[in-house]
Amino acid sequence: MRWGVGRMRYQVEPGLYRLGEPTPESPVLVTANYKLTVDTVRKALKGFDVWLLILDTKGVNVWCAAGKGTFGTAELVRRLELTGLAQVVTHRRLILPQLGAVGVAAHEMQRLTGFTVRYGPVLARDIPAYLHSGYRATPAMRRVPFGWKERLVLTPMELVGSWKPTLGILAALAVLHLLQHRALTPHLAGELVPVVGAVLAGGVLVPLLLPWIPGRAFALKGAIVGGLWVALAQVLLPTGLVEGLGIALVGIALTAYMAMTFTGATTFTNYAGTLLEVRWALPAILASAGAGCLLRLVAVVA
Amino acid sequence: MRYLLNGHSLVLDSARCHGCGRCLEVCPHGVFALADRQAVITDRAACMECGACRMNCPEDAIAVSSGVGCAVAIINGMRGGEVGCGTDCACG
Repeated sequence: MRWGVGRMRYQVEPGLYRLGEPTPESPVLVTANYKLTVDTVRKALKGFDVWLLILDTKGVNVWCAAGKGTFGTAELVRRLELTGLAQVVTHRRLILPQLGAVGVAAHEMQRLTGFTVRYGPVLARDIPAYLHSGYRATPAMRRVPFGWKERLVLTPMELVGSWKPTLGILAALAVLHLLQHRALTPHLAGELVPVVGAVLAGGVLVPLLLPWIPGRAFALKGAIVGGLWVALAQVLLPTGLVEGLGIALVGIALTAYMAMTFTGATTFTNYAGTLLEVRWALPAILASAGAGCLLRLVAVVA
Repeated sequence: MRYLLNGHSLVLDSARCHGCGRCLEVCPHGVFALADRQAVITDRAACMECGACRMNCPEDAIAVSSGVGCAVAIINGMRGGEVGCGTDCACG
């Protein structure tokens, strides 16, 4: 799943579900119809008798769906009508995941349906404590965590999109190597290993070491790590000066680009900041990659 | 962690605020606090401009320009498409 395999099939039928033996007085919790999300919520609520209202978010998690508006006031109103929740329960209270607040206006819900909205904790695993304490979320439950574990599980998806372009670059390098040397020499490793390593460094190492790499812009963090990596690779697997420089520039560009794409997976990057980063970093990355390719071609001709 | 321009567009109109505390409830980064039954911004640099506070403020006292903080989505937009995630997004 984390690798994106069969992700589109991971949807749960929207609607009203019973967990345990809920009565008309039991709490109603709301979530998205992404299967991983529903499974996590059900696991957390084991032993509780509650209603679970699953919205149609097209199989997308709560936070992303709320950002897109599919986990939103309109869908919540519609789902209340379709399930006839007002006839099923006697109270008029809904518990929403806190991260759904990006898409739902609590006061609008009250005005449109008479249901009051409480926002529960960010994480499903805190729901039992939240329910037991009479709907009180501690400040820690209201924060979205982003430690190394959270960053690690995101790295496979970073790599999935990159293997095709990476193979293309490796194939192009092999062809250039053949043109230059009329044979595949052991020096080819010194050209391919830095490229593969640069992609891995940007896709895995930068996300993992994110808080400790200097700089705030992700592309800058990537360029620093990429620079160190290509320098190390050049020491371990030396190549000719011109092609080595060319591959180093391509490698730094790759790590910086991969690092920059991680902005979308984090929990703290904002739109304005990311726009600023892309405007500055993308031209620099393209220039570095272009200059690198040019140097590698020069090495063939010279 | 801190990024670039965090919270720059976040504006709180104290004159409108009635101190209901919704912004404290929805903020995932603890940007707000209540003081004298009024919301105040105590940690602007932690703000990721998600827009949950503006969405849930019943008095319309909060303004913030929100959008996806995702380089790929922004590049998609620059290439003539919509600013958006496409089909192979890392976000589930």
